Amino acid sequence: MMLWGKGLAQGFRVTLGNMLRRSVTAQYPDTKPDLPARSRGVIALQEENCTSCMLCARECPSWCIYIDSHKETIPATTEGGRDRQQNVLDRFDIDWSLCMYCGICIEVCPFDALHWSPEFEYATTDICDLTHGKRELRDWLWTVPVPTAIEPASSPHEEAP
Amino acid sequence: MNDVLEVAIRVVLVLGAFLTLPLILGQMEHKQMAHMQSRLGPMYAGKFHGWAQLIADGVKFIQKEAVTPTAADRKVFALAPIVAFVPYGIALVAIPLGPILGSEVLVGANIGAGLFFVLAVMGVGVIGSLMAGIASSNKYSYLGGLRVAAQLMSYELPMVLAASSVAMAAGTLSLIGIAEAWSPWWLLTQLPGLIVFFVAGLAELQRPPFDAPLADAEIVFGPFTEYGGMRFGMFILAEYAGIIVLCALTAVLFLGGWAGPWSDQVGALWMLLKVFALGFIVIWARVAFPRLREDQVNALAWKVLVPLALLQVAITTVLVVA
Repeated sequence: MMLWGKGLAQGFRVTLGNMLRRSVTAQYPDTKPDLPARSRGVIALQEENCTSCMLCARECPSWCIYIDSHKETIPATTEGGRDRQQNVLDRFDIDWSLCMYCGICIEVCPFDALHWSPEFEYATTDICDLTHGKRELRDWLWTVPVPTAIEPASSPHEEAP
Repeated sequence: MNDVLEVAIRVVLVLGAFLTLPLILGQMEHKQMAHMQSRLGPMYAGKFHGWAQLIADGVKFIQKEAVTPTAADRKVFALAPIVAFVPYGIALVAIPLGPILGSEVLVGANIGAGLFFVLAVMGVGVIGSLMAGIASSNKYSYLGGLRVAAQLMSYELPMVLAASSVAMAAGTLSLIGIAEAWSPWWLLTQLPGLIVFFVAGLAELQRPPFDAPLADAEIVFGPFTEYGGMRFGMFILAEYAGIIVLCALTAVLFLGGWAGPWSDQVGALWMLLKVFALGFIVIWARVAFPRLREDQVNALAWKVLVPLALLQVAITTVLVVA
């Protein structure tokens, strides 16, 4: 049976109920948001793990990673040994004005040189400042949270302090 | 000399009420609407819960440029906001506030046919939107203006019928006389009239859910499309002043105005309490209900409110004669 005016009463009831409950607004600049530890805020670079393999730059859908490197020869340490070659990273930039935070670069990195950090407050007034270089990306590394144990009963992660 | 002084004091007091009460209601709308939508509303202006938000808005409105379209009818275009705003101030002059601390009933001017005067002046306020709609030379404004006209036609009738029912029951057109003739039984016998008068008043003010003439999402604020700066601000202010006048009139006609315990001492406070309680319902309706379509707006007037108002008039006639 359709009761006339039921919808009207419902509208009044729902809105009054909302008013009597605490509002859910977070006062952002005054109180920091309570984000999950694995939030996708910014990507940090652990430079010593990087081999300049370019996988991340190639897989990036928005082409926002720029890598320059050169080869250096490491002389043989033993007599008659062979000289070894190593890639040295000259430039590793991520342009956050292009990045779409898909995380594919982190997934494809074979040596765990890239990590998600939950930090998100790096808005700038100049779009050029949104391109973070090696040093800025390194600074984000200290904000990367320690991985949590996969199961409650398992031993703590080896990286955990 | 004493007469002049008295008139000056009355004018200043009514003007003060006219400029502050709509702002208080506006701030109330900011906060109440926010909390009904699980938000906080303004929190920064003036530090404490955004109490100065409307002052900040006013400063912004004054700073903005008032653009007049080239094709607009310039004189009518400039006059429209004033025509929309001023009548509510004039209406407020005739609405009694009630006694306070044993004084006589506070009122700007005690007019014999006060009810007639207030209803007539309130009707003029709507003409402002109509003028704006026609003078802007903008298709959205024109559509909005037509809708304003249709709505004015539809809702004036039930509103006047409901008001006349009260006048019949009280046997006077004086607002003070009506409020003094009020008895709690009216809450029952005049209930259909109360509903019709309040709903029709909301529609006449183009308040949601009857804001089809404004309808910001479909016809870009209708008659106000071309307005900016303080002219636009005056239309918005007129809306809130109109709500105050409507709530005050509803309180005087149907809720006994200053009637309540110790009304000789705190009658004016009772009146203000009733006005803002009705204002709460006005805002509540805005939050709770979606906008009516234009045909629904007119169907509600002619198929529901007019018959209901006629029924009310019939009931009152029987009660008065019997």
